[in-house]
Amino acid sequence: MSDDTKAPAAAAAKGGAPVSRERKRQGRRKALRTILLTGGVLGAGLSGYLPLLHARSKRLRPPGALDEKEFLQSCIKCGQCVQVCPVNAIRLADLVDGFGVGTPYIDAREQACDFSCDAVQCILACPTGSLTYHKPDFLPVREGAALPQKPTLIAKMNDPEPTLNMTERMGVARLVRPDSCLAMKGEGFKGQARGPGFEGRMRYAEVDRWKPIGIAEHPYDLPLCDLCMRECPIAGAISLEKFTGPGGRTHARPIVHENCVGCGVCEMICPTEPASITIVPREVWTS
Amino acid sequence: MSKLLTRRYLDQIKAMFGKEPEKPREISPAAQKIHFYKKNNRDEIGQLKHRRAHEKPSHKWRNRRWAALIFANLLFVLSYQLDIQVLEGALTASRFVGFHMADLNSALQVMLAHKHIITNLLIGTATVLLLWGLLGGRTFCSWVCPYHLVAEWAEKIHLYLAKKKLVTDQPIDRRLRTVFWIVFAALAVVTGYTVFEAISPTGILSRALIYGVGLSLLWVLALLVFEVFFSRRAWCRYACPIGLTYGVVGIVSPVRIVYSLENCFHEGDCRKVCLVPHVLDTVIKGRAVEPEVPLGPDCTRCGLCVDACPTGSLRFNIKGLSRLL
Repeated sequence: MSDDTKAPAAAAAKGGAPVSRERKRQGRRKALRTILLTGGVLGAGLSGYLPLLHARSKRLRPPGALDEKEFLQSCIKCGQCVQVCPVNAIRLADLVDGFGVGTPYIDAREQACDFSCDAVQCILACPTGSLTYHKPDFLPVREGAALPQKPTLIAKMNDPEPTLNMTERMGVARLVRPDSCLAMKGEGFKGQARGPGFEGRMRYAEVDRWKPIGIAEHPYDLPLCDLCMRECPIAGAISLEKFTGPGGRTHARPIVHENCVGCGVCEMICPTEPASITIVPREVWTS
Repeated sequence: MSKLLTRRYLDQIKAMFGKEPEKPREISPAAQKIHFYKKNNRDEIGQLKHRRAHEKPSHKWRNRRWAALIFANLLFVLSYQLDIQVLEGALTASRFVGFHMADLNSALQVMLAHKHIITNLLIGTATVLLLWGLLGGRTFCSWVCPYHLVAEWAEKIHLYLAKKKLVTDQPIDRRLRTVFWIVFAALAVVTGYTVFEAISPTGILSRALIYGVGLSLLWVLALLVFEVFFSRRAWCRYACPIGLTYGVVGIVSPVRIVYSLENCFHEGDCRKVCLVPHVLDTVIKGRAVEPEVPLGPDCTRCGLCVDACPTGSLRFNIKGLSRLL
């Protein structure tokens, strides 16, 4: 700029050679700085390949998400899904997720997707088809990812259209800690499922079908804990198999069925710490 | 546009991709007359001294622009926080009262990485293309992008430190931005990740404003530190592919700044405040090819030069509408 216009005049005045060396030096420095910025920006860009905290772990994605690779390709990181969720189940990932930064995920233990929106609003909100009802034909459905039929929402049971427009599961619930499960131990549960300080919310259709309330506001008194089955929003996804224990007491084993969509309500409501039943994100159904 | 202006405009398009603008080979007789008249004109020099001594710095366009920028970003924030649902989403993609909008560069990255385009994305991209096509391309940068605003504040710190001789601006090769544009497009195709979206300070800041702060702000901070202590406005000038994308849209835009040679003192105040001084090469003494020269497409239409000009030689103009206004 102004230096460029002054420099040749100065060069002429001083006889050329020394200044031209100076200019060469400036040019070299500029090239070095350019390389520095290139390296910095590309380094930051490709840092997604670093084994960051969550970059390689599987996140539970919102309903209707494409498979992880395609999901990361197509998500435009706008958070419109976050905005429509009535229970604020969807969060956006941070830097520790590498290339997943800004993409939506669900931390089911903190706040699961309970389908209290009835219509899977996040899928409707998605502008790029990362969350979709209609997966494009060229994308294969992983074996076991497809749901056996459209999931029936228990809260909508009496509606003319009681199903959700979902064709693939988000994950599968697994009883990962059977030893700590209250039902397996034959124990009941009394009180707030996750304690008084828990902020997670859920729709209790018998309280108010359209307004989710805090789980802490809805205490239980159960002779035998059946919370995972009781609060599961999907018909036929989970059942309890009763058996008689050594002391003659009735125990029950939670059984997850193929209808499970992996929404995470069972993980959120499970009163043991840590949860006895959790969602394995992206897991497929294997009988 | 006259042949000379067309030639200059093509030169300015090349300048947007990183070429240094050339001295004009030919100047119209009308402009030549003005250039000639200005040479050694004592009256004019006296006038200049007088004008500058009495000049009150104007911030009219800057204030309007900051208000618009803050309003646009606030609309995003309030739409979610207060649930007024006017502008839902973030700058990368949103819905304005239900109509899809998608940032052109983000949409491009997604299309290249995913290689599948759904209708809503296409509609959103077309809407935004039309919008910024009409409003001036890089108008997006200076009137909407939140990074632009924080970078302007960082620039003030940089200029203060430079005045104290604590830092000096280290210019970087402007062709780098074009290289980045190509590299990030290629990375999206090859890796299948929207690599640029992970580091775009525009997206990061927009999401931080709407959904809450996170660690990714550290990257934005690093860029600002680099700009304050090392290279003035480095990200917007030498790196950001979003700017180039919107710059290309701005090629055909009717909203622009027009320079008029007649009253210009050639003191270069405008070039000192400009983010992209190569668009203002025409204000250098003896360079204007016509009495009126529209600035090139890389201009962000920020209006700082309009505010800075003591003679009113730079002003906003809408092609075709100028007679009506």
